[in-house]
Formats: sequence, C-alpha cells, structure tokens
Amino acid sequence: MTTTPKDLKKEIADICKACGNDRSRLMDIVRDVQEKFGCVSDEAINLIASEVSVHRVEVESVVSFYAFLSKDQKGNFVIRVCDDIIDRQAGSDSIISAFEKELGINCGETTADGKFTLEKTPCIGMCDQAPAIMINDEIVTNLTADKAGQIISTLKESGDPKKLVAEPGDGNNGNPLVNSMVMNNIHQKGEIVFSEYVSGAALKEALSSSPKEVIRNVKAASLRGRGGAGFPTGMKWDFTRAAEGDKKAIICNADEGEPGTFKDRAILTECPDMVFEGMTIAGYAIGADTGILYLRGEYAYLRKFLEEKLAKRRENGLLGKNISPKKRLGGLLKSKSAFDFDIRIQMGAGAYVCGEETALISSCEGSRGDPKTRPPFPAQKGYLGLPTCVNNVETLACVVKIIEKGAAWFAARGSAGSKGTKVLSISGDCEKPGVYELPFGTTVSEVLEKTGAKDTAAVQMGGPSGTLVAANDFGRKICYDDLATGGSIMVFSRDRNLLEVVDYFMEFFIEESCGYCTPCRVGNVLLKDTLEKIINGKGLTTDISNLESLGKTVKLASRCGLGQTSANPILTSLQNFRTLYENLVKTDETGMNPSFDISKALKDSEKIAERKSVVYTTE
Amino acid sequence: MADITFKIDNVDIKGKPGQTIMEAADAAGIYIPRLCTYEGLQPHGSCRVCTVFVNGRAQAACTQPIAEGITVDNSSEEVQQIRKDIIEMLFVEGNHYCMFCEKSGNCELQALAYRLGVLAPKYPYLFPKRDIDASHKDIFIDRNRCVLCGRCVRASQDIDGKNVFEFVDRGPDKRVAVNSEAKLSDTEIDVTDKAVEVCPVGALLKKRVGYAVPIGERLYDNKPIGSEIENKNQSS
Repeated sequence: MTTTPKDLKKEIADICKACGNDRSRLMDIVRDVQEKFGCVSDEAINLIASEVSVHRVEVESVVSFYAFLSKDQKGNFVIRVCDDIIDRQAGSDSIISAFEKELGINCGETTADGKFTLEKTPCIGMCDQAPAIMINDEIVTNLTADKAGQIISTLKESGDPKKLVAEPGDGNNGNPLVNSMVMNNIHQKGEIVFSEYVSGAALKEALSSSPKEVIRNVKAASLRGRGGAGFPTGMKWDFTRAAEGDKKAIICNADEGEPGTFKDRAILTECPDMVFEGMTIAGYAIGADTGILYLRGEYAYLRKFLEEKLAKRRENGLLGKNISPKKRLGGLLKSKSAFDFDIRIQMGAGAYVCGEETALISSCEGSRGDPKTRPPFPAQKGYLGLPTCVNNVETLACVVKIIEKGAAWFAARGSAGSKGTKVLSISGDCEKPGVYELPFGTTVSEVLEKTGAKDTAAVQMGGPSGTLVAANDFGRKICYDDLATGGSIMVFSRDRNLLEVVDYFMEFFIEESCGYCTPCRVGNVLLKDTLEKIINGKGLTTDISNLESLGKTVKLASRCGLGQTSANPILTSLQNFRTLYENLVKTDETGMNPSFDISKALKDSEKIAERKSVVYTTE
Repeated sequence: MADITFKIDNVDIKGKPGQTIMEAADAAGIYIPRLCTYEGLQPHGSCRVCTVFVNGRAQAACTQPIAEGITVDNSSEEVQQIRKDIIEMLFVEGNHYCMFCEKSGNCELQALAYRLGVLAPKYPYLFPKRDIDASHKDIFIDRNRCVLCGRCVRASQDIDGKNVFEFVDRGPDKRVAVNSEAKLSDTEIDVTDKAVEVCPVGALLKKRVGYAVPIGERLYDNKPIGSEIENKNQSS
C-alpha cells in the first residue's frame, strides 16, 4: 500500500471528481479514500479540501467523527470484533485474545507489516449469531477462539476475506452479490413484512390514486414508525407534503445501530424490493424526487446486492424518469401523473447517533453526524434544505402492504393503539435467537416461550435506550402504549450479572455520544463512574440518589434522542432491580466520601518519582 | 405581524414572531442563564444551561421559538437543578483553576457557578489530559479550560469568514481543532478577530494583556452575571 505523493494526488482527485467535487458527498469521498489507502492522512485531508474547496479542518472534522474512518494508517485487513453485551456473553473476549496472540499485537494496534489491524466495535447487528466479527466489509459469525489461527492464515494466503465463506447463509445471503455466511434466522414470518409480494403491484395501485389519497390510506391504517419512536407515518408524510418547496426528499433509515437490533438486516436481505417500493410510494405521496437509503457501514456487505435491486427497478420503469409500472406489468394503469424519483445508497461509517433522523441527514450531507437544532424539523427543512421525510426500513415495507391490502385489513391486525405486526430481533439467553414477525400486543412471556428462553431474570426491551424489564412484568405487552421497541429484545438469564449489563450500556452511550451537548457528553461519563463506584463496593446510599438526579438531568436536558434515553439503563434498572444497587452500598455515616482511592491515585506519582510511596502501599 | 403573548414564571411577555424564548426574555429584562449563546452569533443549543420548561417540556431557550400562550418555567427548583448539574459537569469535565486563571472575574462559567450557587462540584473531577497551543504570536489556546461552546467556531466562520476553528472527534474526546495540520500559528487567525473575543472562559486568550484590569474590578466581581439584562428592565 505504498503510494507516492503524486499517485495520491491523482487518485484523490479522481475520487473527488467521481463525486462531482461536491462537498455534500464528502462522506462518500472520505470512505473511498479510507478504503483505497487504509487511512485519510493529513496529506489526503489537505488534498480533499482543495479538490472540494472546503477548509481542511472541515474534512478532519468528518474523518474524526466516524469510527470506520481514521487518520492513522490501518492494516490491509481490519478485524473488528463485535463488542456488544451479547457477544461479550458469548465469549468475544476470548476471540480478541486469540487474535491478539495470533497477530502478536494488542487490540487497537496494527501489525508491523501493515497487514492486520485488530479493533473492537459496537453491535454489528449479528447478536443472533454471536460472537461475530467484521473483516473489512465481510462478516464472520458464530466464531470460536480456536478459529482465529485458520482465519489469519486464510487471509494471509488468499488476501481475500471472501475466502472465509465456506458455506453461504440461507436465502439471499447466498446470492452471488452477497455471498455471506450470515444467516437470516427468520423463525417466524408474519402477514405483513415477510409475506408474499409482487414487485411493482402496490406502486401501480398507488399511482392510480392521488398522493393525498395515498396519505389518507396510510393514516387510516394507523401506521406508526417502526424505528422505536412510533410517530404516525401519515402525519409525517402530510407535514412534508405540505411544506413549501418544489423538491423534496425521502430517506430510508437503515442505520439500525441499537445494540441487539438486526431486524432490518433480515428485511433488507429478503425484502429489499418491498422497501424500495415503499420508498417510491412515499416519494409519490410527499412529492419527492430524491430518495436515499442510509445504510449502516456494518451492512456494507449488502451494498452490491441492493445496488443491483435498484438497477433492476430502474430497468423495469419502477425508478427513474416518468415512473410507470405499466411497462412491465401491462394492463389497467390509470396513473394520474407519472413522476420522477430515484434512490441512491448513502453508506454510513460507524456512528450509532446517525440513526437519529437529523444526525442521519447531517451525515447524508457529508458532515459530522451531529443532530440538528429543531425547529426547523426535517419536514420543513431537512436534507440540503429540502423538506425531508425519514422513515424506518420496516415502516416503508408496511406501506406496501397497506396499499396492496387496504388500510382496513392492516388496521385489523395488532392491538388497539398499535396496528399491524412488529419485526423483532431477539438475542441472548434463549434457544432460538433470531427474527420474529409478531402481531403487536404479544406479551413478553409469549416471546420468551417462542424463543425457548428459560430461567430468564430480565429482558432488555428496545435495546439500551429502552427498558430493563423484570420477571414480574413479563405479562406486559409489546406495543407503543406499553413496552415500545424498535425491534431489539435481549434476554438475560439468572446467571447474568445485570449491573455489568447496565455498565456496558453506559459505556456504549459514552462511546457513541456525538459530544455536542453537555448533559450527554459529560453526564453519561459521571453516571458510569458513579455506577462503577457502586459495583466496586465503594458506593454510599447517596450515590443511588445521585444516579437518580443526574440521570434525570441527562434525560431532560439532552439535545437529541440519544442523550434523552442514555440514562435509561440506570434509571430503569433502579426502578425494576433496585435491590441490586442497595445490596452494594453502605450508609453514609461518617460524611466521608470513599470515592478517592489513594493507592490508585498514587500510581502516577510513583511512576514519575520512580520510587514507591513510603506512607501508602500500592499493589 | 401581531405580537405573541406568553408567560415566563407567571409574568406576561410580549414577543415578536420569529423570536426565540431567550430573545423575548432578554427584551423583557428577564435573564435566562446561558453559556454557548452569544449576541450576534447563530444560537448553538449545545451547553443546555438555558434549559427551561415550556408547557412542562424541557427545551433550550436559545433555540426554541416563542408561541402564543405557552408557559415558560425559568425558575423552579427543577430547572435550577438541571442548570447547576450542567455547570458542575462543565467544571469537572475540564481542568479549571480559577485561582490562577487570567479570565477569573470575567469568566462566564465562573460567574454562572456563583449566580447558581455551585460552590464545589459533588462529582469527582475527570482530570482530562488536554493540550495547549502557544504557537501564535498574539493568541494562545488552553484546551484545559475549553467548554466546547463553539463560539469561536461560529465567530470565525460567520463573522471573520475564516473557519479557523472546527470541532473534531466525538463524545468525551470532542475538542476544538484549528484549520492547519497542527498549530494555530499556521492559520489565518488575527488577534483582532471576533473569534478571539468571544470565548466565555480562559480557553482563547490574548498574549501580553493579562491582568490589565485588576481582580476585584472585573466584569462579574461586583455584580452577578445576567444583571445587565435584568437592569435593563428596571431602567426602562
């Protein structure tokens, strides 16, 4: 990977040119540079800045934000070990040690020959086949420590991570453009998302009615956002349609990064056409000509396959200029107005916060994934200033079924305030982790029974930003009015240390905070430190009340959904598992705060002084 | 357009359409504590010190527009607790040594702590390792005292037209970087830039002008921060 400065200049100029030297495509530019050179060096940053006519610090700002981009040189193969709590419980630590031993480096380092970099990464959406790792864009699942040696020698011999796929996974994972060992693990299909579907039929139906009628239908079906927040989809479309502007945009949020969520992985693998059709219908309804699928960097292995699906849709007249499905489907099209609409894929680069819709828009615009100030809301002023609607993958798949089967049919499924089905991704201590499409209103115990979970102590509903549910609440229902979830359900048996789980979740939020606002940037660190003080047996009863009041401040004062939910692991575990905390803390009788550990504090001084303290002994 | 009427702590306020809660409150002589906001710069909404409850919901007053009939809580114990927590967070996040900081007495963070009654933080200091940049002949950066308010970033972009500063990294590692590979001296900054003037703390300081005004006679030594806004009301 030796490149002379002249080559670098030319190659970067080419990459920038391919993106039209467009500042708003900066994400694609820096991703391409990273892929080609293994880093976005200071020199590369200067070159990009001059090609795209921006200040170099703006480029640096973007590069430094995303976990998959770096100024430092990475190896030809970047091994990223998934470090979420499910993978940890499945033994990811032993996987890391095995690779460390095999490569002779520590996690976070690159081998001297520049071939391998070993890193940890938060949830890659493979909790149902943990432990899992990424090698560049390739996914390796169900790993054991003894396989590390074989993986490294295969990579050394072949130079191709694809060679690690001995047998491809089921369904479209076996498609030559995917060719991945990832398994779908769809254990239960439902009537809406994982159901029979004819490409183009729903779009044809939609085009035969007016955009307003389409929106009316989606409203009548009471469709709510499947990403977790549950905002009524029809209303979102209405706002965007009503906003002033000739051009509008629809973005499909495929950045599922909530630990324990992998349902969009299965939907994008098995029903991509349906998702793109839902986007096209949404485009027609709101009057958009621009569609973007924001695909999380971890799902790059699906990119070529999805690009091909888009190309096919263009060929079939389902995307592009003058969309009219009649070309292929023939017959009785009564389209009132053919319209122009196309979709591009925007790759993410490792940032959970980009799942927040305004951060996602920032990222699509080629900036740091900082959430934006609201108002203005995306529906008024979103992607490049256009009125923009951001919908979840599953939401858009639901739209297709609503158009096809009718609003009444859709609304007859599910529970009172939550119509339809929910695709759930279930992982952790159960026999059959995987994807389940179940009607809203299903109880936690029903889910546990279906997945073969035994001796369950707690269920994390909705991922770290959701609720830690105790056994006496397993009768509660999965729906927007009771236990809401974007899809993540993690099961923890009685053998698990729940405070360790909570501690991990806090670590995750600290890692993934964009750092824009004070409460989230600092508050989460203080929450975690206080929690660890309690876990380490140094906590006082006042520390529990500190956790509660600080947690409340972080929840209320944070600027976006990340910070507003990041204290939930602590707040909901305090609510439902308070004795775990109370058993560890002492009553404050002396007025002394034992948080200061003198022997630990002395270590630095001893190092500088190059001698031991004569008063205190450190271990 | 017609005035918008709403309430802050049960006082009737009249504002103009398009104003933020903070702008309307300032005009009415009601002080809402703030740190990242600076007159003449786009509101940033990042420090969250100006958190108020609007119809019971926490919002940043610097970015939230006024609306007819809303009730704004700017003084309850709950609101004050949030602000105190945030000021504490900013103190423990950086390395702030008021006793030998040139900015002492003119420092908005320090003044806010006094005004809100934060005397000693209840959370442990995080003692981060941060760097300083004294490369420039007239200006130095001490990131130990930076509160990431983004005033210098916005002033350099929007007023000086130079983009000398920008945020890099994320989460607890987030920091202000300069538009060069390493040093401030390699940027276009000039000591007369607005960006140098707007820092609320001692993170961006001019060289060779230290202690021109003695301690005891500085901006907030004898009157609390915010009194300039509150006094406006009394004099009108």
